[in-house]
Amino acid sequence: MAETQVWNKKDLLGLEYLSKEEIELILNTADSFKEVTTREIKKVPALRGKTVVNLFYEPSTRTRVSFELAAKRLSADVINIAVETSSVKKGETLIDTGRNIEALKADIIVVRHNSSGAAMMLAQHVNISVVNAGDGWHEHPTQALLDMFTLKEKLGRLEGIRVSIVGDIAHSRVARSNIWGLTKLGAKVTVCAPKILIPPGIEEMGASVTYNIDEALTDADAVNVLRMQFERDEADAFPKQLEYFKKFGITQERLAKAKKDLIVMHPGPINRGIEISSEVADCPQSVILEQVTNGIAVRMAVLFLVSQARDTGKNENPS
Amino acid sequence: MKILLRQARVVDPANNLDDIRDILIDRGKIEKVASFISAPVEQTIDCKGKIIIPGIVDMHVHLREPGREDKETIASGTKAALKGGVTTILAMPNTNPAIDSVEQVRLLKSIIKETAQANVVISAAITKGRLGKELTEIPKLKKEGIVAITDDGSSVDSSLLLSKALRKAKEHKIVVICHCEDRLLSGNGVVNLGAVSTRLGLRGISKESEYKRVQRDIQLAEKARCPVHIAHVSCKESVEIIARAKRKGIKVTAETAPHYFALSEEELLTYDTNLKMNPPLRSKADVAAIKQGLIKGTIDVIASDHAPHTISEKDIEFDRAEFGIIGLETELSVAITELISQRLLTWSDLVRKISLMPARILGIDKGTLGEGKSADLVVIDPNKEWVVQKEGLVSKSKNSPFIGRQLKGVVEYAVFGGKIAYKSQ
Amino acid sequence: MKEKAKVLDQETINRSLMRIAHEIVEKNKGIQDVCLVGIRTRGVYLAERLAGLIKKIENKDICVGILDITLYRDDLTLISNQPILRKTEIDFDISDKNIVLVDDVLYSGRTIRAAMDAIIDLGRPKTVQLAVLIDRGHRELPIRPDYIGKNIPTAKNEMVQVKLAEVDGIDEVVITEKDGGNAGLE
Repeated sequence: MAETQVWNKKDLLGLEYLSKEEIELILNTADSFKEVTTREIKKVPALRGKTVVNLFYEPSTRTRVSFELAAKRLSADVINIAVETSSVKKGETLIDTGRNIEALKADIIVVRHNSSGAAMMLAQHVNISVVNAGDGWHEHPTQALLDMFTLKEKLGRLEGIRVSIVGDIAHSRVARSNIWGLTKLGAKVTVCAPKILIPPGIEEMGASVTYNIDEALTDADAVNVLRMQFERDEADAFPKQLEYFKKFGITQERLAKAKKDLIVMHPGPINRGIEISSEVADCPQSVILEQVTNGIAVRMAVLFLVSQARDTGKNENPS
Repeated sequence: MKILLRQARVVDPANNLDDIRDILIDRGKIEKVASFISAPVEQTIDCKGKIIIPGIVDMHVHLREPGREDKETIASGTKAALKGGVTTILAMPNTNPAIDSVEQVRLLKSIIKETAQANVVISAAITKGRLGKELTEIPKLKKEGIVAITDDGSSVDSSLLLSKALRKAKEHKIVVICHCEDRLLSGNGVVNLGAVSTRLGLRGISKESEYKRVQRDIQLAEKARCPVHIAHVSCKESVEIIARAKRKGIKVTAETAPHYFALSEEELLTYDTNLKMNPPLRSKADVAAIKQGLIKGTIDVIASDHAPHTISEKDIEFDRAEFGIIGLETELSVAITELISQRLLTWSDLVRKISLMPARILGIDKGTLGEGKSADLVVIDPNKEWVVQKEGLVSKSKNSPFIGRQLKGVVEYAVFGGKIAYKSQ
Repeated sequence: MKEKAKVLDQETINRSLMRIAHEIVEKNKGIQDVCLVGIRTRGVYLAERLAGLIKKIENKDICVGILDITLYRDDLTLISNQPILRKTEIDFDISDKNIVLVDDVLYSGRTIRAAMDAIIDLGRPKTVQLAVLIDRGHRELPIRPDYIGKNIPTAKNEMVQVKLAEVDGIDEVVITEKDGGNAGLE
């Protein structure tokens, strides 16, 4: 049986730039890595001697820890750099930091930054691999990949399934990456939020829009509940927390009206009582913790693949 | 020095001319324009197959001196201008410090006198420091020789203040150039608000923030019965508002920049900061509307909005990069590529937009090849194609969106004050 | 690549496997605590066939696992084709078991070294034994098989291709001559 899909990109910058086959390759590779995480010795030597640098310009514990564990399970060495973002003009530029990391002979930079396009910019200026762990509002590809991996595991397929994404779509990189990934694999995506949190032209990315949560949940196979980002400083008028919960919160009552085995997902961390009720977060339909477990396997797959592409010299420049 | 330019196609709408002619230049002036000239000269240039137009009058250029000489100086900017066929520049006053007082104008005049390679005319700010609070002393500034006032870079938010400025400008016969942007609406946006900004995950600048201000500025101009010039028009709605105003007989002129009819927002998918400017690149529909605006005459002028920035200000994260791109060296070629080659404008139309109309609006005696006029002209090879290379750019800054692109039309000679100020290699 | 000789046909392959199956039972004095682990890809089919043959001999099932050694290879930078990572499926505890690794061709020995590393990461087997259909010589590491189908001496510029019905539609082993490509790892 001939496998035709080969991974030849040194970076993972976004699902926008991947073909259906490339995304499927990552998911299939992740499947193999999931097996590793069930062993007693959760380590394989695939990235032995390689160095992965987590370059995080935004605070994040869960994503960073997830990448760190993934790298360590591949036997790579991991360095964590948390950059203070207080004053943007102070200090080294992103490109200079990237070049310095490259000069230290690191192999992969996992970067999280609050500017959209930052990962691409970094990837264009260094020869080592760059993995986007979230750039501004633009993309968070590994999150969407683990979301899709979880859905595929639960539903057996992604083609034709109906997924609703609820929350601050306008400012969500998780939403954008999920829309790209799911639509490329044939799923139907609906986004649901108050009007001001739906960005213009989102339909052109392939998503349907509704402002009504019950409509979003009807007939959905899965709902991906986004955090309501209250800590980001916005000039937009924000609905108050309780009002949001009333109108858009995922509650037992709302689930009762939807499909009985509707899968409930959340990228975490959860704001209980704001976008999702405690009962729903802990109910049997919730796969939130499985997402976390799958995140390791998916990130192992991503680190493995980009590392391979660079090693075998099959390097396609990022689009 | 006597120079004879032979048998070019001379396009001079000021004198209703578009025909093959010889041009004789002597003592800095155009001595004669005729079908055939025979005279003893120091230099003869064979211009068969070439086009000669009056030197381009670019009425929207940021020369950055005083204050940011690292980006550009009067010297380097005028040198870059000549390469692009531009012989007269209107310098924008948003320097550091701003040109908002008699002292600043005098200082600028002396720098120009010492270092300018081409003609630079001066505009002053409408408000002190361009802060939008207090008017500058327009009568005094006019005495020093300014030809326009503008707070470009910002709009004057206070309608009251702008009305006062308009009345003063009318009284002293200076044109008011309006940068139309409502900052409350554009906010911290960095690209056009729409499907592309959504896809890129970047804050959007709505078209509304531009056209609503265009509307307001025209209304104030109508009330003050003072002509007003709308800078860098970028969208369909602005064009419509200006067209309607012109039909009503309101004295408004409008300007657009080459990037608004050559590039659209889809180009930004690579996050290239050399495509970031304010107003931002808009949709394809807006690009089409700008072209129509040029064809129908709603838009009177093409000006570069040349905005040099250093690498450290551009080669950074998209949302942190400075707005602005350079344009002096490419504006003519872009216009030829997008408008002449596509048969949207005739050469006469184009010369009107880049030379004659700007001169008329500013009230300066340029944009014409009449006998006795200052010999500022450009010899163009209209068919030669070239690829814009970073290394080939003369400007101190290299933030051009056209790097790597192929353009049509090359300036072979730029003649300024009767001297050959630029010759292509 | 051109085919030089056919060294085994379906009949000879089956006879070799039958003999190996007997040898495994004999050496381990039965199949108590013996497990076959096939190395992807063709080692897996061979392991399954051996399991079938052993069942005929002992009238008992022997446990079979699948091992993917991609993550343990030491040569990822040298091969031209990117290996596809597939799953390792060993759903029994290997500790204290006699693991018989099964592969189609033994060459440099690097595959088996990787397989042993993988196995050790999964537990602590009592013994690790090796069954190969073809031993073509040219070892680069101190690895030796316990059960061999056939010894076929080869030149370095030759390749031994094992074709199995399950995946190639036919059972045969052929020797082909390479036209100077990368060394396939066997």
